[in-house]
This record gives sequence, structure tokens and C-alpha cells, in this order.
Amino acid sequence: MEAAVKPQRQMVRLRGRSYVAFVFTPTVPVHDWLQEIDATIARSPGFFAGRPVVIDLSSVDLSQSAIGHLLTSLQDRNIRVLGIEGVDESRLTQMMPPLLSGGRSCVVEPSAPKKPETKAKPTSLLLEAPVRSGQTVIFPEGDVTILGSVGSGAEVVAGGSIHIYGALRGRAMAGVNGHTSARIYCQKIEAELLAIDGFYQTADDIDAALRGRPAQAWLQGNTMRITALN
Amino acid sequence: MAKVLVVTSGKGGVGKTTTTAALGAALAQRGDKVVVVDFDVGLRNLDLVMGAERRVVFDLINVVQGVAKLPQALIKDKRLENLWLLPASQTRDKDALTEEGVGKVIDELRARFDWVICDSPAGIERGASMAMRFADEAVIVTNPEVSSVRDSDRIIGMLDSKTVRAEKGERVEKHILITRYDPSRAARGEMLTIEDILEILATPLLGIIPESQDVLRASNVGTPVTLSNADGAPARAYIDAARRLCGETVAMQVPTERKGFMDRLLRRRAA
Repeated sequence: MEAAVKPQRQMVRLRGRSYVAFVFTPTVPVHDWLQEIDATIARSPGFFAGRPVVIDLSSVDLSQSAIGHLLTSLQDRNIRVLGIEGVDESRLTQMMPPLLSGGRSCVVEPSAPKKPETKAKPTSLLLEAPVRSGQTVIFPEGDVTILGSVGSGAEVVAGGSIHIYGALRGRAMAGVNGHTSARIYCQKIEAELLAIDGFYQTADDIDAALRGRPAQAWLQGNTMRITALN
Repeated sequence: MAKVLVVTSGKGGVGKTTTTAALGAALAQRGDKVVVVDFDVGLRNLDLVMGAERRVVFDLINVVQGVAKLPQALIKDKRLENLWLLPASQTRDKDALTEEGVGKVIDELRARFDWVICDSPAGIERGASMAMRFADEAVIVTNPEVSSVRDSDRIIGMLDSKTVRAEKGERVEKHILITRYDPSRAARGEMLTIEDILEILATPLLGIIPESQDVLRASNVGTPVTLSNADGAPARAYIDAARRLCGETVAMQVPTERKGFMDRLLRRRAA
């Protein structure tokens, strides 16, 4: 009994497929033309990266060595040449990309520019739970609204204003990105520290008469003002 | 359905271990099968308060590491049929607690008991976070003092973010238990009021345990306070708290200054 099983013959399938390639048409002097390419790369690095490139030599008359020189120059710029057209086959060596023919022009669609994000980033943050001691809320993009208290030892940092519908016992820092018109509002002020755009007051600086009352803090020039809300 | 209850506080010395023992005994007395688990690895106390320190052979770390089987480490209470203790190791430290190992032990305990009460160590580090990690409910023990209340607030924040339930988007049911409440100091305005505490913590109240010599005495003789002097004020407060944990509605008793016969007599004389 034969042990080995004859391997089944695999059919080789050939399929045609067409691709769109960039066609370079060098002009003389080739040196100037290469500088043009360099300028394109400098403007948008990676413009040719990973794109198939074909060289059309019909408008120039280059010797075999000149073609070889052109190919290495392109290779130095990370441009890989897929094929060459518009030249007699005798001028190409085995090592050069193959001669192509029958190319048709088409419109190369520039890759679609990145769509701007359809959803604009939210400019306010709403928290429906109290901020507990030790927790930090950081929202540099805009306003922070808290339905609940901010515990002693908790921190709220906002690019815009801070609204607290509860007691503020921790720290609140508004307008951290230099937003001087930001304000801090709270229903009951027992804050450890209030800051707007870097100007701050600690609990000691806050008028004792305000403690436990609804209050707001804002900047008047370079001084922070804290007043009762009603 | 077994419930995992963590007794925690952040701050030390507020009465976590006393509460664990007292609630455990009170729940066991109601007929539920209860295990109290000591998570204070390296500084274990629960075995002393439960009066089981002379019977510890294996501990939580041995079970977590697979050195001992769970039944070998469980210690049965001598007074109550339904009460068991899983002690902590005194020689190791909290780093020996792995999340995977603790999870396995808790799962095994869930299958055997109605209540798994985890006595958390103080602090917010590994021991405390492991004790609360698998909890369904939490009792936050708070003294009427600003430092204790702020630490409790911190712990509530952790319960809402660092537990398995929180990470699954569910919530850990939280209860505040105010301990060491001194009615005479409260009357003089030397302590935070109950209202202040509840306003700061924004969490429902489970009970108020008055400051009492009973508690100290019970710890020293190694008996949960609910068993040592069941008629005392702290024991009654703990028993009410246990009933509330079971879903019963029990009117909240705010401890008031008790005027004994002698007090009244003396006051009259002074006046």
C-alpha cells in the first residue's frame, strides 16, 4: 500500500487587474526636473510614499546609463518605479523595471481631505453626582456644572466657568487657560480655595460673612471678587 | 442570595472592627448564616474582638495563596451557631492580597453564607481597596468629626469608582453608620451634628451608635457588643442597624443624654 498521498495539483489562476499609477514625465535637463520633484516632496512629505510610479521617457532621449542614473536618483528620494514606458526596450537592462505599454490616462482623485469632525467637541461638562474628597474633575474645554456638592479635598478645574448646585467645600479653579471672564458660582460657599486664571483666594481670605451662603467669584482686573448671589 | 458587605471608613480607630463583629453577631442572631472576614493583613484585630484568637490555624492569605482550603481556615463562633470568622494573617502584609485570589475566596464564601462581612483596614491602599473590591453593599463608619467625615467622603468616592460593581456600571449600596456619638458633647455643640454629616456625605443613614463603655468592655473580653450586653444602648443601636440592613423599617433613635436618678437629684440640689 502506498503511504504517500499524491499531492493534488493546484491550478494556477491568472487574473487581470488594473491599477492607477502616477506617471512622471522627466524633461531635460533632468537635474532641474529632479529639483522640481524635491520641491514637491518638501511641500508635502510622503506625497509619493507607497504610490505606484511609472516613468514616461517619450519626451527625452536618454542613454541606458542615464536611465539607470535617473532610477537611482528617484530611489534615493524613496520613490519606487513600477515600470517604464515610451522608450525602446533595448535601452533597458534586466535590473530595471519592465517596459509598459497601453497606458490610458485617467483623473487621479486627490485623496479626500480629512473631514472636519461632524460633532463639535462639547464645551460644557455636566456631573449629576457629588464630587467626593480626593476626586479631581478636569475639563479645560469649557464650563463644568455639578448637581451636588464638591467635598472637602476635592478639586474642580475648568477652562470656563464652574457652576455648583450644592456646597463647595473643596477647591475650584476656573478659567485655567487664561479665560479671565470665567466665574465660579455655588449655592453654599465653604471653599478651601477659589482660583480664576491663576488668581486665587484661600478659605482664610474669603469673607466669613459669606460662608454657607450662595456666592459667586469673578475677576476684576487683577483682583478676585467674591460676593453673595442674592 | 448572598450579600458581600464591606465595613470601611478610611480613617482608623472609628470602630470598623467593632461594627463588623457587632453587625455580624446581630445578623447571625436573626438566623442568617454569616462570615466575618478580616482584611487587615498584618494588623489583625477581628479575631480578638470575636474572642477567637486562640483558635487561629490558617488565615485569609493561606486561602488566597492556595496553601489551605477555605473550610480549614474558617473558625466557628462558640456562642452563635451561624457565625464564622475568616481571620487575617498577622505575619504577612497587604501586598499578599491578589485580586484574583481574593475574588476566588469571596466567590466561595458567597456559596456558603448569606452574609460575607469584610472588615476593611484603615487607609485607601491595597488592603482597603481589596476589601471593598467585590462588595455589593457598604457600611461607612463615621465619627462625628470633620477628619472622619472627609475620609468617609473619600471612601465613598472610591466605592463609586474602584469596585467591581462600579466598573460594571452598577452601584454599591452605601450606608452611613455614625459611631462614638456622644450626646452630651453634641448638646454642647462640640461635635458635628447628624444633619451636617448627612448633608456632607449625601448618603442614607443606617444607624447612630452612642459612645459607651460597653463597647470597650466588650472588645476587651472578646465578645461582639451585641452579645455581651444586648440590652445596652450600643447593642440596641447595632441590632436596629442590622434590621435595617435586612430591609426592615425601624425608626431612627438619636441617642440623648440620659438623666439617671442621681443626676436629677444632684441637679436639683445645684439649682
